[in-house]
Amino acid sequence: MTAIRCINVCKTYHQGRDEIKALDHVDLAIDEGAFVCVSAPSGGGKTTLLNAIGGLDMPDSGEVWIGDTRIDQLNKGELAELRLRHIGFVFQAYNLIPVLTARENVEFVMEVRGVPSVERQKKSREILQEVGLEDLEGRRPAEMSGGQQQRVAVARAIVTDPSLVLADEPTANLDSKTSEGLMDLFAKLNKDHGTTFVISTHDRRVMAHARRLVKMLDGCIVEDIRQKGT
Amino acid sequence: MGITFRLAWRNLWRHPRRTWLTISAMIFSNAVLVFMMSLQLGTYELMIGNTLQFLTGHMQVQAPGFKDDMKMRQVVNDIDALAETLRDQLKLEDITPRSSGFALLSSDSRSYGAQILGVDPEYERRVSIIPSLVKQGRFLDTREAPEIVIGEVLARNLKADLGDEVTLLGSGRDGSFAAAVATVVGIFHSGITDLDRGIAEVPIGFFDDVFYMQGAGHSVVLITPGFWMIEPYKVRVEELIEDDVVVHDWDALQPGLKQAIQADLSGAMIIYTVLVILVAFSVMNTQLMSVLERTHEFGVVMSLGVKPARLGWLVILETTLMGLGGLCLGAAAGGLITLWFSYNGFSFPGMDQMAAQFNLPQRFFPQVTLLSLCLGPTIVFIGSLLSSGYPALRLFWLRPVEAMRTV
Repeated sequence: MTAIRCINVCKTYHQGRDEIKALDHVDLAIDEGAFVCVSAPSGGGKTTLLNAIGGLDMPDSGEVWIGDTRIDQLNKGELAELRLRHIGFVFQAYNLIPVLTARENVEFVMEVRGVPSVERQKKSREILQEVGLEDLEGRRPAEMSGGQQQRVAVARAIVTDPSLVLADEPTANLDSKTSEGLMDLFAKLNKDHGTTFVISTHDRRVMAHARRLVKMLDGCIVEDIRQKGT
Repeated sequence: MGITFRLAWRNLWRHPRRTWLTISAMIFSNAVLVFMMSLQLGTYELMIGNTLQFLTGHMQVQAPGFKDDMKMRQVVNDIDALAETLRDQLKLEDITPRSSGFALLSSDSRSYGAQILGVDPEYERRVSIIPSLVKQGRFLDTREAPEIVIGEVLARNLKADLGDEVTLLGSGRDGSFAAAVATVVGIFHSGITDLDRGIAEVPIGFFDDVFYMQGAGHSVVLITPGFWMIEPYKVRVEELIEDDVVVHDWDALQPGLKQAIQADLSGAMIIYTVLVILVAFSVMNTQLMSVLERTHEFGVVMSLGVKPARLGWLVILETTLMGLGGLCLGAAAGGLITLWFSYNGFSFPGMDQMAAQFNLPQRFFPQVTLLSLCLGPTIVFIGSLLSSGYPALRLFWLRPVEAMRTV
């Protein structure tokens, strides 16, 4: 079954008098449980595509579907609800809430979803254990390394069992060893939970993990490669 | 304790100095408001009490029109019976009949005009402090005796002393010539010159004879158990009296007093409002800065699915915590300061004029009440919450992608 469909999606930005086509008639379909990398050089449109899929940014034209829901026609509240219930985000800069501990960062999203306190604590502990941070649950982001923070961000993204995780250059600030560990974690979660992963990157080592590689250039998809052996 | 609460609390302490400055502004304004209101409300109560306890009482039953034009013929008939009925029905003993007329008082050497009050010696003590202000001699003790109690200044003017006889010359209720001789049995000192110069009291029975009142009087004076009881008692009295008489409460009988309080209150309200607005702007500034510097963070949590309303609630919650801190500490500080002054007293330059006008002491002793303790800080708290509305509302216009681009 198709998890994501982008049909003829266009998005243009204006920088002064210049017009930048961030997405230029993009057509893309991603199956449920897929593990897809979107690669492009800087300014190639990969972040814009992820933002459009995640409902963070509206395309100028075209359609974006998550499952059976056409999200480019939803209002702000409905989009927020969709993100809360169905999509997990992992950002390049981790973006954890600095005044909350690792466990509280994970719990926060569950609290917003209305999960009872006892269940929240149980699940956040389990998920932190799954990402290998069970000993660091009481630490705040400033007391953790970049890799550890990104693992907390991953835990936060998957704790609500989303059907889709969007990761925007998640390894950009990590060293190669930590990046490798993170990608292994993504692959494991994809395999164990059946979660669809769409990862934007220009890191070749990350691309090597993907079963499918979508290459973009100047807002257009230029190559769509199904990789074997991953 | 939920994560949102913890988040709000910790957000406050990201910039402890800024938070403390804002809370300090609240503490200062709350303490000032508590002290000022305690002083003001205490002073008003003193002014009202001191003014009403001489003669006015909390309310009076009179003939219609007597309040504005004190004519002898505007009487309450069978006044003793009415007073007795009211005592009986209201289960209240602090009710006395009173008659009033004007007469020329003459001693051996001098004559002066004065207001003559016919009072019931037994019940007058319950509604007026004049009997207790008799400094020489004694107050009246029978309803019929030809005795008179005069003010200290009037006694001096008449060159009359205890035991001296004074002659009363005036007009009776029916317009006839009223004349009598009474013996000075007491001289009172109220501290209010007008009162000490212009008032003389005689027994109501004696007054009735001299002024040909035929059992009538001019007012039935009531003191209720508490200031807050005046209105319900007034309603009850209105139900009990006939149509030929009316009841006036103290602010109708002493309009000048109420106007003086209102004028003072209006001036104070301007100062209080400015204070509250300043604090509200201080809070708005703090919260606006706090929201602006967290724009990126708000963008991130919105991208996770958190709705602007919840973030707005977070900002309100932060303000609530800050406001509660300011409220509690400010009210405590204000309460302690006021408590100290309530024992040691407080005065300021020029206060003696106001004190003399309303027969107040030379030092004020503010009283901490629940109202003075809570009113100001509660208004500051509400003002602070309202002022955080704008920073909270800004979040509704935030778009996650743009917010996350903010550094």
